[in-house]
Parts: sequence; C-alpha cells; structure tokens
Amino acid sequence: MIKKTGQYGGARAEILRRVRAAVAGAPPVTVPRDYHFTRPDIDLVELFIERLTDYKARVHRGEEAIATCLDGVSRLAVPAGIPRRWLSAYQGQVLTEPLTTETLDTVDAVLTGCALAIAETGTLVLDAGPDQGTRALTLIPDHHICVVRREQIVGGVPEAVRRLNPTRPLTWISGPSATSDIELNRVEGVHGPRRLDVVLVE
Amino acid sequence: MNPPNPLIGTRPFPEAAATELRNPQLRANLTHATHTIRNKRSRVVGEVPDWEQLRETGRAIKADVLRRLPELLEQFEAAATAAGATVHWARDAAEACALIARIIHATGHREVVKVKSMATQEIGLNEALEAEGIAAYETDLAELIVQLADDTPSHILVPAIHYNRSQIRDIFLRRMSDVDPSLSDQPAELAEAARKHLRRRFLNAKVAISGANFAIAETGTLVVVESEGNGRMCLTLPETLISVVGIEKILPTFNDLEVFLQLLPRSSTGERMNPYTSMWTGVTPGDGPQNVHIVLIDNGRTATLADEVGRQALACIRCSACLNVCPVYERTGGHAYGSVYPGPIGAILSPQLTGVARNSSLPFASSLCGACYDVCPVKINIPEVLVHLRQEYVNDKRDQTSAERAAMRALAWVMRDSRRWSTALRAARTGGGVLASVLRRPRVRHMPWPLSAWTSSRDAPLPAQETFREWWARRERNGGEER
Amino acid sequence: MRIGLFVTCVNDLLYPRTGIAVVTLLERLGHRVEFPEAQSCCGQMHANTGYRDEAVPLIERFARVFEPYDAVVVPSGSCAAMVRDTYPRLVPDTAGIAARTYELSEFLVDVLGVTDVGASFPHRVTYHPSCHGARMLRLGDRPLRLLREVRGIELVELPAAEECCGFGGTFALKNAEVSSEMLRDKCRHIRDSGAEVVVATDNSCLMHIGGGLSRAGVPVRAMHYAEILAS
Repeated sequence: MIKKTGQYGGARAEILRRVRAAVAGAPPVTVPRDYHFTRPDIDLVELFIERLTDYKARVHRGEEAIATCLDGVSRLAVPAGIPRRWLSAYQGQVLTEPLTTETLDTVDAVLTGCALAIAETGTLVLDAGPDQGTRALTLIPDHHICVVRREQIVGGVPEAVRRLNPTRPLTWISGPSATSDIELNRVEGVHGPRRLDVVLVE
Repeated sequence: MNPPNPLIGTRPFPEAAATELRNPQLRANLTHATHTIRNKRSRVVGEVPDWEQLRETGRAIKADVLRRLPELLEQFEAAATAAGATVHWARDAAEACALIARIIHATGHREVVKVKSMATQEIGLNEALEAEGIAAYETDLAELIVQLADDTPSHILVPAIHYNRSQIRDIFLRRMSDVDPSLSDQPAELAEAARKHLRRRFLNAKVAISGANFAIAETGTLVVVESEGNGRMCLTLPETLISVVGIEKILPTFNDLEVFLQLLPRSSTGERMNPYTSMWTGVTPGDGPQNVHIVLIDNGRTATLADEVGRQALACIRCSACLNVCPVYERTGGHAYGSVYPGPIGAILSPQLTGVARNSSLPFASSLCGACYDVCPVKINIPEVLVHLRQEYVNDKRDQTSAERAAMRALAWVMRDSRRWSTALRAARTGGGVLASVLRRPRVRHMPWPLSAWTSSRDAPLPAQETFREWWARRERNGGEER
Repeated sequence: MRIGLFVTCVNDLLYPRTGIAVVTLLERLGHRVEFPEAQSCCGQMHANTGYRDEAVPLIERFARVFEPYDAVVVPSGSCAAMVRDTYPRLVPDTAGIAARTYELSEFLVDVLGVTDVGASFPHRVTYHPSCHGARMLRLGDRPLRLLREVRGIELVELPAAEECCGFGGTFALKNAEVSSEMLRDKCRHIRDSGAEVVVATDNSCLMHIGGGLSRAGVPVRAMHYAEILAS
C-alpha cells in the first residue's frame, strides 16, 4: 500500500532526530593518515604502460601515433577544444561537439585528451575539460583514443584525487569496458568503448 | 498481502542451506567463482605496501562519519542542493518507493533503466514500481541475468554468481527476444549479446535510477563505481536521474576518496581499478541529466546506528570480499540467507536492519572462523558482531523456556562451582566408561537428539578413563611423581 | 615465575593426555606448573552461543582462580583467544589476566624462548591451523617452528590449510549440514596430504576432524600437537 505524500513530510526531521539520538555520547575518532601519498622511485611512464597493457588497452608513443590509431576511422567525434595538430594527418570526417546521442552512435571513434592519468592503476581521468568534452562523447563511440601528456601522469590515487576539481563531472577510465559477472573473470567489452588506445606524448 | 521483505527469507538459514547443499551444480559454480576471486584479490592486495594503513584509515573515516552523521547529512544536503540536485528523505522502504514512483510519474515516462544498486534491492523498488505501472530494466550484466531468469540475487557484487557460462547462455536463449540463436557460452559472446540487447534502451532512456558507492558531504558529489559502462550510460544519457543512497554512504571530504578508491576495487573484483568510476555533483549544464534527485534512506539504519557494537556494520562498502572467503557462503550460496545482503556481512547487517527477532537464524550462520574480518577493507569485526547479535537474541528471549536454554543454564550452574564440576566430570567419566565397555570401542556412532546432529556425520569421543584432574590429584598424592 | 595450567573443560574430561603432555613438557624444560583445581570452563561456548549472562560468572571465576599466576598456559587456541580477546570486552577488569594468558606455542616461543623442546616423533604429520589461533591470536608459524625441531618428524603440507574445519562450537549442531560439508572437504585435504597424523592447537577442532576421519574410514590419527612435543 502506498501512503499519501502528506504523511511523509516529517521524514527529514525524524531521520535526523533518530541519527542524533543514536550517536549521542559516541567518543571522537582520530583518523590516522599514515598511508603513502606518493610512490617514490618508480618510472611512472613504464608503470603506466604496463598497467594499461594489463587491461588490454593499446599504448602508443609520440603524437605521430595518433594517425596510426585513426587508420580505418572514417567518422571521428572530437570535443570542441582539441589541439588541431592532433588531426593534421587525418583525412576522414571530423564531427565536433555539440553532438546528439544519435550522431554519436554513428561515429567510428572519439579522440580526446584527459585531465590526468594514474600510473599505478592504469587509469585515465576525464573532467569534461575543453579537450575532453561531455561525458557522452567518450561513452557512446565504440573506440576511444585518448592522448596523455607525460606531465599528466601521477603515481597513485591520492595524488590524483588531490589534483581534481570535484565540482566537475569526473570519469575514471581503467581499460576498455569490461565485466567480471561471468564466473568472476574479467572479460573485455560490454557497454562502454570496447577499444581503448592511449597515446603518450611529451 | 504484503510483498516479501527483501531482507528476510521465508525459511530459517539451516533449512534453506540444507536445500542448497544438495545442488552439486551450484556448489561447483560457487567453488570456482569464489576461488577465482579470492586469488585475484590476494594478488592485488599483496602489491599494496600500505594496505594495512589504508584499512585502518578506512575504518576510522567510517567510524568518524557515523559519529558525525547528523551534521554531515545536513552538509551533504546543502551542497547537493546548491549544485542543483533535489534531496529527499525516506524513513523506510515503502516511503522511499512511493517517493521514487512520484518523481517518475512527474516526468510522464513509464520506463526506467537501472544501475545495479543494493539500496534499491533492499527496498524492493522494482516490484513497487511495477505495481505503479512503471517498468524498471536492470542493466548490469549479472542483474540482467537474474531479472531475465525471474530469480533473485545471490551475491552483493555479482548477483548471478550462482550461474555458470552455459546456464547464462541458456537463460539468454530462452528470455532475450533479440538474441542470436547460435549464441555460444563464451563470456565475450555473452557480453556482446547483453550489449546489443540494451543498446537501444540506453540511447532512448529518459529516466535512470542508481545507487551510490559514496556521497561526499563537503561537495554534494555522488560516486558510482562500476565495470561495464552501463552505469555511465544511465548516469549520463537520461534527462532524469534518481539516486537512492543509504544515509551511511557519506564521506566527509572529496579527498577521502583517495582511501576508498584504493580499498574498494582491489577488495571487490580483485582489480587495481575498476573500468569505470563516475563522479557528479548536482546538475552540470549541457552535460548529463538536468533533473537530478537524491533519495536518502534510513530503512533500519538509525536503529543499527544506535547499537554501539553493531553499528560498525554500517561501515560496509559492499565489496563482497567477506562473501568470497566465507566457507559457509562458498557452500550454501547467497539464497540460503534469504536476504539481498547474504554472506558474513549479510548475517550481521540484515538482522540489524530488520530487528534480530525477525531474522534470528542469520547470526548463527557462521562458524566464527574470522576469515571475513581478515579481508574486510574497513576492518568490520564481523565475528564480534555475530556473537553480539546472538547474545541480543538470547537475551530478548530470556523469559521463554527452551531445551537449549535449560541445558546452557544447567551447565553454567555446574561449571560455576568446583565441587559440582568435579562431581559432574567424574559422573561423565564413569558413564562413558560403562558405555565404552558396552560398545567395546572408544567412539560413539549414534547419539540421541540434540547430539544426533553431531553423530550424523562424525563419530563422537567417549570420556577418558581418568579425567585430567583425577590424574593430577593422583600425582599430587604421590608427591609429584606419576606411578 | 608462577605458571598456572588452564587445561580447559574439554581436555579435562575427554583429552586428559593433552594436559598431561603440557605438564610433562614444561617440567622437562625445567619449569614447575600448577593446576588450580577450582578451574572449570572459560565460558566460550556460552558466550558464543549467545548466553552472555551465563558466561559472565565463568569469566569472573577464571579471573579469580588464575589471579595469583604470572602466566596462564592454555593448550587451546580457541580458549586462549576467548580469554585474551573476548574477556576484556565482556568484563572490563579482566584485562590484566587476559594479557598474561598464553596459548602453549606462544608461551614456549615468546615467553620461554625455545623452539627445540627435545621431542622425538618419527611420523608423517600435517598441521591444521585452527581458526581462533590463526586469526584471533595470530599464532602464525609458532606451532610449526616447534614441530620442525622434533626429531624424526616429517611435516607435510595440508592443502587449503587455513580453511575452517567446520566445527565452530554449537555451529556444528545448529548448522550441522553446512558444518559436515566443511568437514568433508577438510578430511579430503587431510587424506590428500598423505599424513599419518593430523595435529592442531585445539582438541575441539580435532574432536570434529577425528570424528569425521573415523566415520569416513580415513586412517589418519587426529592428535593435539602438545602430545608430539612431549614425546
């Protein structure tokens, strides 16, 4: 049975009252922060490449590799703020945001930059910056090519979190779309882009 | 008739477990899956040098959150509201479901896509929406399998863990209208079938429902950790997004994610990082849903919070590591627990959310081996809470007589006094000696109830010919020399 | 140092040989051990089954009986864990006695500083690390370090050793079918280890394992490790 709205008006006040009563007198808690904030003495680029490869992402070096990734791509979606030189060798059709869902469903690939990358976990973080575009842009196309500048790579998760702006929409991407739902083994390729190319540039 | 409560089974655990134990296919599937994930987890946890520090910080942050929950909830509400979200509160499942149905009706749509969410399972949202004429489509692969099979989830993270690949193929062939009849049982092909099946639904979805792994008080940000991209689809493409969030999901600051985004993926799927994590704060003009609702639910959490020992269960981040290492779960599977929260964490969470009296077999569904506590990324002392809940249950019934209570009381009475205890030991030893001479062997194969539960699968020892204290007394008499 | 032996109720009645072994062993190492006869049970079964009010007098009794001793030695990881871990939570002023209570291997390795106890046992043996010793007391490899020094012993690895045998006190009765399934796997692993003898720190687990082996007709003897150390 669904009750009427009016009866529920007091939910906020009542829940807060119950919470206050439940924790009254609980002692203060000291939160230790002695975990590692940085990962010293490691080659970030090498580690990042190793971890990405583990996820079955493909890794390339140098801006000229963008052209290799775009080989066979005839319709390419891009965000509005992408550096033009990334496309200097590209002959196909470029579709620049804003783009509808329907249009995005017809492109072969999307090319973006990123906000930062995490070596230890092989993660790309997008924050909807001008060279990354909206969240839908990197979701609907089946092939994502992401350009990462060397100085964007941080060691571990704490360094990444402390560099990000939480008020922007953030998407953390670690490899191509995958699932562990069948017998708890990771299988690549479900709803997100099934192909992920990462191009490392200086 | 009331709909079944998703936190309470129809049968007590031992009875339901006995049924599940007789299913060899289930046992094989569970053994394979739990052992796979155990090994993956221990490999990726082993490579983190500061894992123990992270666990301790994770535990402390959660304990601090629970203590400061009133102010953090208000802070979260203010920040999320300022960012353009509408925050709602619901005391129980019925209130939450009614509220969500109202929000959906106001959009004029009658179909919603869902990201896997324990909170919505717990409140029975899909069934409630169906009664309101709203169709809810699960989009997580395992949830989709369970929904297509008209089954219920049996694991927190992988609700279809009880099926193997060929069973999943059979479900798809039977229930997925647009499936290729030549579908094989290769996981990649099964994933592809799910992609095709849901693609149009995602691209046309107008309303989505999600849960949240974390809610940041400081900023009003919600976080969803996922793998397949179905989460991103639901969180990004529709016009309206409704997120159902337990009040304990709060973290004080955005920086606290640096701890939990290390603990959670490694503990749950045994990966260094899950494929996709989305974080959003209210409404972002021109990007993602523009009509954003957050429903904060209590549904038994404040009662749990009031228990000083039991409240640590609210620190749970739903990683499932405790299920994957539990020798009981591994053999019975999740359905035996009768709750959407199975396994060790379910055995302490479900009875607290419903009240122990309504879920009294679950705190006993453990050998107290402690494997769960060892792997818990936020150090919930599950054995401690199990024992605490057993004590609460026994204490609530102290005015009722039972054979067990009588035996426990009598035994405690005997053990409290050394003369009574010595006499009892001597009597047991004498009785055992008589029995041994009759049986002509030192072991018993059949004992009367309730000890028949023991001899159903194990022989029982008989008392020794001389108790230890008799041996000691004899030795003392002989001046410390054994003769 | 005044050493008190807490033999445990199960050992007193069913496995006195284990208590005798502890006395023999400690005396061989040159220590006098006392058995305060007023002892009974640590209260674990009551507490873990939910009977807190019945357990508390047993806890208080234990604290009173063992108060005069500098160290309490217990040939059971589970009972030692009850005293060390649970006592202070149920009865706060037992913290002192809890801290002076040791499972046998802790007492030998940490307090007395010995691993070679001069034992000899020429048999193939496998070790099952009982749950409370392994995960509550963190005994680690202490029992194995003691066993490795035994003359003539051949230690063989137990597959999935750290997995619970399924005993769990009243769990074995209340959830007998699940318990039996766990036991079946444990017995299979013991058989596969090729050992003649399976040892553990707890006779309660060994009663369950031994009962299962005997019922299944597996010719492996279940034995408390103190009895090997004393031989």
